[in-house]
Order: sequence, then structure tokens, then C-alpha cells
Amino acid sequence: MNTATAIRKQTIAKTMSEALASEMERDPSVVVLGEDIGKLGGVFGNTGGLLERFGTDRVFDTPISETGFIGAAVGMAGAGMRPVVELMFVDFFGVCMDAIYNLAAKQAYFSGGQVSCPMVLMTSVGGGYGDAGQHSQCLYATFGHLPGMKVVIPSNAHDAKGLMLAAIRDANPVVFMFHKALQGMGWLGTVAGSITDVPESDYEVPIGKAGVVREGTDITLVGLGITVHHCLAAADALSREDGVEAEVIDIRTIAPLDRETILASVRKTGRVAVVDDDYLSCGLAGEVIASIAEAGIPLASPPQRVSHPDIPIPFSPALEHAVLPNAEMTLAAARQSVGERS
Amino acid sequence: MSITNQPHRLWMYENMVKSRAFEDAIKPAYFEGKTPRFNMAKGPIPGEMHLSDGQEPCAVGVCAHLRAGDTVTATHRPHHAAIAKGVDLDRMAAEIFGRETGLSGGRGGHMHLFDASVNFACSGIIAQGMGPALGAAMAAKLRGSDAVAVAYIGEGAANQGAFHEVMNLASVWRAPLIVVIEDNGYGVSVSKASCTALSRNADRAAAYAMPGIHVAGNDPDAIYEVAGDAIARARRGEGPSLIEIETSRLEGHFMGDQEGYRPDGEKDRLKAIDPIPRYRERLLADGLDAAELAACENRAQQAVDAAFAFARGSALPDPASAFTSVFAERTPG
Repeated sequence: MNTATAIRKQTIAKTMSEALASEMERDPSVVVLGEDIGKLGGVFGNTGGLLERFGTDRVFDTPISETGFIGAAVGMAGAGMRPVVELMFVDFFGVCMDAIYNLAAKQAYFSGGQVSCPMVLMTSVGGGYGDAGQHSQCLYATFGHLPGMKVVIPSNAHDAKGLMLAAIRDANPVVFMFHKALQGMGWLGTVAGSITDVPESDYEVPIGKAGVVREGTDITLVGLGITVHHCLAAADALSREDGVEAEVIDIRTIAPLDRETILASVRKTGRVAVVDDDYLSCGLAGEVIASIAEAGIPLASPPQRVSHPDIPIPFSPALEHAVLPNAEMTLAAARQSVGERS
Repeated sequence: MSITNQPHRLWMYENMVKSRAFEDAIKPAYFEGKTPRFNMAKGPIPGEMHLSDGQEPCAVGVCAHLRAGDTVTATHRPHHAAIAKGVDLDRMAAEIFGRETGLSGGRGGHMHLFDASVNFACSGIIAQGMGPALGAAMAAKLRGSDAVAVAYIGEGAANQGAFHEVMNLASVWRAPLIVVIEDNGYGVSVSKASCTALSRNADRAAAYAMPGIHVAGNDPDAIYEVAGDAIARARRGEGPSLIEIETSRLEGHFMGDQEGYRPDGEKDRLKAIDPIPRYRERLLADGLDAAELAACENRAQQAVDAAFAFARGSALPDPASAFTSVFAERTPG
């Protein structure tokens, strides 16, 4: 390790804009499009300073026309550019899904590999701040379900940089989800653990690889985005109060899902709880548990899912925080698991 | 038209004839295995089949001005535009037959034809080719090239949100984009008159501060003139245009369509004004040699015969290939 390298603790938002700037500097084919990404620098701070630095031929403030500009990004990508597009909230995908799942995700396949689609679709996910069910969803499973796209979500700034560089350099459409509760915007609460050291060097976090972010022997806690932090908090409590050592896995890439890393951990621990803040049914947690079942891994207790129930995300904090997965629910599920025998 | 021996007129004639011959060859092939009881899944060409006969002038009048580096996105009814853009006819036929030698090895079929060598693509979703065409146009503009992009749509697509979003964006960005509406009067079974608030979609261009030109008569020469102006304008960096062409769909929405929604006698009236024989008569009247037209017709038929022989002679794809090309490999750089 280079001891001369200074520790640079920074937010995901600042890190994303820094990664974008460095990649725009390196690769002239990278352009950025979206609503409020120019002068404002992105509602969630992902594109700060890009317009001033790269000008209006590289940074496009678009009208509120998601079908139009995401469709245009598909055409740009097919023509050899590398557009990075922001869809402000994942909840807005309903107005532009054709451009995403019928055009971007099928361009390589329907062309038999003649035409690729190297584009990044950045989009915010997550609730917990009283914005209600049209601005708080996660929809991991929706995007993870559809073939032809890669889907990533960082849980911290270090990974945000590495995943962003990998996403821009990928030859395929990559949906880059970022969780609002981790973003580091002054007007949103931010989980402290998301603010990490971000090396200045050029590095990628490989797409398709999950990470073991805490080693343990007694139970595997699987999370992504903010729920990684719920898992880590629960693991600390389990260690401190129960003498139970949890292993925590950060999924990082929803598609293609790194089943091997998860299965290897569950083979070791024999217990699992999967925590995601998307809707429960037909969801990512169910997919992870199905993979464990298919692998025939014997479990010492039934697998646990902690997900948002099958209801729209409510507005009132009294309602929202009663249903939104958190560290306490994660801890309760883990205790249920370690206290039970199957 | 007074000038007689313009090479582009012969090119347009030959490509219209080639497109018609291609679709005339599809018709019996499509019904193989689908009689006596029609079953879309059966035969060497399964799935929906949308023929473009009657609409050939829209393809040739515009594409006569295009180069390989220009982009065309077409619709679920793409054969005429693909042929006029120079898509490889053998591989296109093989794709329609679902063969391994097809443009995408049988992954796409007739609604999803891609030929990167001539920048041609199409989509089965109404109006959704417009966004990618806009993107290709912007890629050309940002690189300082004078290449343009053409988005073909039907008149029904002008009532889609994507149409309005892309029209506005193209104008805001002064993109070298030409949107061509092929108005064949019907969205599947619903007539334009019954579902569109104005009689001319070209008038919608005014809402987006771009030229909107209406072309009547399904006439290749008239379309050629109008498209030439719009494409030259786009190449000069003066921005997008909308061209609305009144054309006719000589068949149903898809093969097997009973067309009960058409007024009595409409199809006969349309066939009486089939643009290809009319154009042939005009070329002869303008002094072109019948032997020259016959040579065009022979070349077109030979190309189609060769393409169908290539398709039928090609193997079906290895089922394992269904799992490839989902993702592109990463390219260095």
C-alpha cells in the first residue's frame, strides 16, 4: 500500500460526479444526458461541475421526455458513443420502459451481436424520507428480471467509483442504481457507513461480483445498497449481545447475480437472512433463497426474508417506518434464524 | 417529370420491384404449413408477417439520397425500407426464415432486422424507432459528420408519446433527423380519420418549429424531391424535418388479416393505383427504354430468387446459440 496516498473520505454523490468527470476526460465518446444534470448538477448531485468542465456538447440538460432521451441514448450507443443517462427516480421508468427493456436491452441480441449498447442508466432508488410510493421504490427485481441489462448498486462511495468506471466501460446497458439514503445529499439523511475512502487511482469494482464485507461463521446476512448497512448493524449487535458471528454479503450486482459468493458463504454458515427494501413477492430475496434451495445446501433453520411488504410505500413516517426494512428487523430475522433448528 | 434518364429513377424502380418481388415470394412461403387451418406458429416462416407492398415509394424516394453511413430505423413493416437502404438481401431472407445465416442468426425475425454495415435497424414497437434514430443523428452531429438519420413511422405512431418527445428534442438539438410518416390510412384496423384529431400529421411539425411537408400521390418522384430537400437541409446542419407521405397498404395489417374493417371495394381501388405499374408507365412515357426496365425487373427477381434459395438452403440455428449475444463482449479502450 502506498502510504503517501491520502485518505479521501467522500460521499457517493461526489464520487459519482468525480468518476464521470475522469471518464469523460479519458474517453471523448462519453456524454451525459438527463433532467437537471447540467446547471443543477443533478438532483442527487451526481453530475456536479460536468457542464462547466465539458460544455453543452457533452452534457445535455433534457426536457422531461424520458422516452425521447433514453431512446436517443440507445441510438448514440449503437453509433459508438457511451452515453450516461440519468432517470431521476426509478419510479419514473413507467413512462419510458420500452426504450429500456425493448430497445437498450435487446439491441445486442436482436442484432446478433452486430450492434452493442454501451450505455449507463443512473437512477435513484429507496425511501425512508416521506416521499411516498411514486418516489421511494427500489424495483431491483423488476430490472433484475429483464435480460440484456446489467444492474448494479453500490453500498458505499468506494464501490460507487469502481462500479461507475466498470459500468461506463462495459459494452452493454448497465442500470446503475444509487440509494437516496446513501447519497450524501445535505437534504437527505445519509448513512455514515456509505461515506468511505475513495482512492484517486483508476480502479474498477467488477460487475457480477458480490463482496464479503464482514466475515463470520454462524449466519449469512445478504443485502444490497442500504440494507448492507442494516446487515452490518445487525451483525455488530449479534456479535456484541448474542455471541453470534454473522457473515455479511454485499450483492453489489443484481444482474448478473453472483450466486457463487452467496452459496459459498451459506455452505459455510448453514443459515441465511436476505434483506432487501424492494417488494417481497417475486423479489430479489426470493431469488437468492431459491438459488440456495436449488443448490441443495442444507440449512440449520428456515431461510429468512426481510423485504418491503406487498403494499405501496406509504407516506406518513408512522406508516413508512413500520414497513420499511431496517436494522432492527434484520436483527430480529437473524435471531429467529439462529434460535431455530430446521 | 421532364428529365428522362436520371439514374436514380431506375434505381428507385428497381428497388421497388425488388421489394415487391421479395414480398411476393414471402406470401406462398408464409402459408406453407399454415393450410388448411391458419396457424401462425406453423411453416417455415412463423410469427406475424407485415407486408409493405404499396408503400415502396416511401422507401425508395427517401433512401435514394442516403449513404451507408446514414442511419435508418424502420417499423414492424420494414422490408421495403431495408431493401432500399441496402440491407443484405440473402441474410435478411435467412433471418425471416429463422436460419443461422440470418442477420442475427434467427434471434430477431422479420420485425427486428439489423444490418450494421448499412446502419439499418427496426423495432416492433410503434414510434420507438424514433429515439434511436435521434441518437444516431446526434452522434453524427457531435462528431462533426454530415451523416443524417431517418426514422420511418406509420401514421398511427404520430399519436404516440414517443413521437412528440422526439420531435421536440430533435428540434431543440437541431438534430440531422428526418421523420418520415408513411400514412397508409390504418393502424391495424382503426382508420386514421377515426382516431387522429387533424387530417394532416405534417401540420404537427409546426408545434415543434420544424418544416412539415405533406406528399400526396404515393409518387416516388415527388417523394424524392421532398426528401432531397429535407436531407440536404439536415446535412447542412439546419435541423430536422417531418415528411408525411400518403401511401397505401395493399394487404392487411398482417398476413391472415381478414380486413373486414375496410369499406367495400377499397382494396380494388387501391390495387388499381398500385404505384409500381404506374411508375413503370410514367418511365416509359418519359422515354425510358422498356428493355432497360425489363433488365431492372430481371435483376430484382434474380436477387430475390437467390436470397430465398440462400435462406431455404441455410441451416436452422443451433439451439445453444439462443444463449449467445445477450451481452456484447467488452471492447478495449
